[in-house]
Amino acid sequence: MKVIKIDKKEWAGGLERLSDSFLLCGPVKKDKFHNFKELEKGELPDMNLLNTRLSPKSIVYPQSEIMFKYTLDENQKDHNILKEIDKDYSPRGVIGIRPCDAKAFLLVKANFDAPEYKDPYWIKSYKATTFVGYACNIPCNTCFCTTAGCGPFHEQGLDLLLVDAGDYYLSKIITEKGKNLLTAAGWSEKMDAAAAGDQIASMKQAAEAKITARVATNKLKDKKTTELFEASFWEEVAFACINCGTCTYVCPTCWCFDIQDEAYGSSGIRMRNWDSCMYPLFTFHGSGHNPRETKMQRVRQRFMHKLKYYVDRYENGIQCVGCGRCIRHCPVNIDIRKVCDLMNDYEPALDEE
Amino acid sequence: MLTYIEKIKEISSRLLQEGKVDVVIGFRKGTVPMMNEPCFVKRPEDVDNFVWDSNCGINLANYLANRKEKIGIVVKGCDSRNIVTHIIENKIKQDQLFIIGVPCKAMIDRRKIEAMFETEIQEVIEAEDRIIVKGHGLEKTINKIDVLQENCAICVQRNPVIYDELVGEPVEEKKDVDRYEDVRKIESMPPQEKWKYFDDLILPCIRCYACRNACPLCYCPTCFVDESRPQWVGKSQDPTDTRTFHFLRAYHCAGRCTDCGACERACPMDIKVRQFTKKLEKDCLDLFGWEAGMTLEKRPPLDTYRPDDPDDFIK
Repeated sequence: MKVIKIDKKEWAGGLERLSDSFLLCGPVKKDKFHNFKELEKGELPDMNLLNTRLSPKSIVYPQSEIMFKYTLDENQKDHNILKEIDKDYSPRGVIGIRPCDAKAFLLVKANFDAPEYKDPYWIKSYKATTFVGYACNIPCNTCFCTTAGCGPFHEQGLDLLLVDAGDYYLSKIITEKGKNLLTAAGWSEKMDAAAAGDQIASMKQAAEAKITARVATNKLKDKKTTELFEASFWEEVAFACINCGTCTYVCPTCWCFDIQDEAYGSSGIRMRNWDSCMYPLFTFHGSGHNPRETKMQRVRQRFMHKLKYYVDRYENGIQCVGCGRCIRHCPVNIDIRKVCDLMNDYEPALDEE
Repeated sequence: MLTYIEKIKEISSRLLQEGKVDVVIGFRKGTVPMMNEPCFVKRPEDVDNFVWDSNCGINLANYLANRKEKIGIVVKGCDSRNIVTHIIENKIKQDQLFIIGVPCKAMIDRRKIEAMFETEIQEVIEAEDRIIVKGHGLEKTINKIDVLQENCAICVQRNPVIYDELVGEPVEEKKDVDRYEDVRKIESMPPQEKWKYFDDLILPCIRCYACRNACPLCYCPTCFVDESRPQWVGKSQDPTDTRTFHFLRAYHCAGRCTDCGACERACPMDIKVRQFTKKLEKDCLDLFGWEAGMTLEKRPPLDTYRPDDPDDFIK
């Protein structure tokens, strides 16, 4: 393990040098909350944050993304033919991403970069990105990452892990990509590997001890899908839900999209936009039939997908990293931790209704 | 306000025991500070799940449309006005309902309180007009009046307008409240500035529709933004589409909005959605002397016609 020390006095200068060869994104506070945005030349990421309100998934997977353009002008030889849009996949660096949000990309990768199907936009964008993680010394109340296959100092999905140690960051090199980014920034102050390792380990332990929220997931895999599907608790779970898309849009692991054509005059584009299983239109068939017509069916789908179908399909744990955003921002306080425990503990024989 | 809960439980339990209702809709304690969750209770022994405090800002009238059973429902002043609107618009029948009225002493704005502190809030304790906030190495008492939901701060109908039983003595209604100071400010802007104001206002919108879905008025079987045959509105982040959604939704609420604040409370991006609806609310008051949901006796101005209408264009 190699750790580089970044004195905070060297921080702005390093980022400045980095911005010559990387497009940088980082958390910035506007009004009352932080979100990731592309950093202007000389603009610094605000590292004084718990986490961003929206997840950084949009950096790789924008809410609206144009894929093709076309012309409807029949005088043009190539009319009615979809043509790929030129895109910029030059190197970019995400500064200050929390470990949960970086791990989330790996859960999403199982869908966008699967052996049988490859999503070129997601893959190219993901490959172009270097993830500079930011360990959580102070996790949120709603964080349950340690029982969701992740943690405040988790390294999977990261190229570098920054640990805030007061006047300096400890920068743990996880991949070659991370090492290259450090070189480009000119941060090179070496540390004694053993001492740095001990320092990070003890801070990690302290951070993990602060996380008291947890979920139980150990029995999900062995549950029968049909029995969970028919469980009586869904009525109660779904009652408060207003079927907005907040939970799915703030979630770092929700990946669903819809494809739309938009034409104006004789030119048009084909794009994809985030979609949400909370919306009735999501499953509305051309025939007029909707297999998920009721709110309860849609709420059940969201939780079954994250906590059962994904578990069975990918054998990669739950489709959740425990970032807690859906809990913090649900307008009616539907809490995935409660639902996960209901599912994990479900025994059909004990179901009263 | 904290004393209301015993009465809410007593009434709910009685209604369920006597079979007067099949279900009571109220709030249960949330899993994070300053949040409660709408819930239903069907058995008298479960009424202890109910809570009442200043975190019950969600409008429960939103859970009534098209329900068939007999329902007990806990309502604030604004919620009751939306129930009146629901009855007038045939979304629910009055004789299906047992309205448990709460003389409301205002709800708090959790985002406002969260923004007052650098660290995360762990616990919030309410003591009538004071709010005690606890966090990592932090304990602070704030006055409730300083952290009200913005619509509550200018509310003129805190007591339910219809109810079957009240859970406490009616509260005094506030007089001489200037409800439209902000609207007048925008009205006085030149067109370009006004346009920019609203563009900036909805810039953070992520089209999650939480504002629409939290609103009891938005019960259309298919919202115009969800129509697909034909599709009226684009699905992307194009500002034209986002504007179209907000503008049209506001117009759909004209003469119906009770300024309950559910939209603003629900928005995950802190957009002041009421800036749209309040203008229309003010227009309805100025033009027709109309306030939504105050009475079952009159039809709303936008669904009535009078032969002696003062305007010529309609004749």
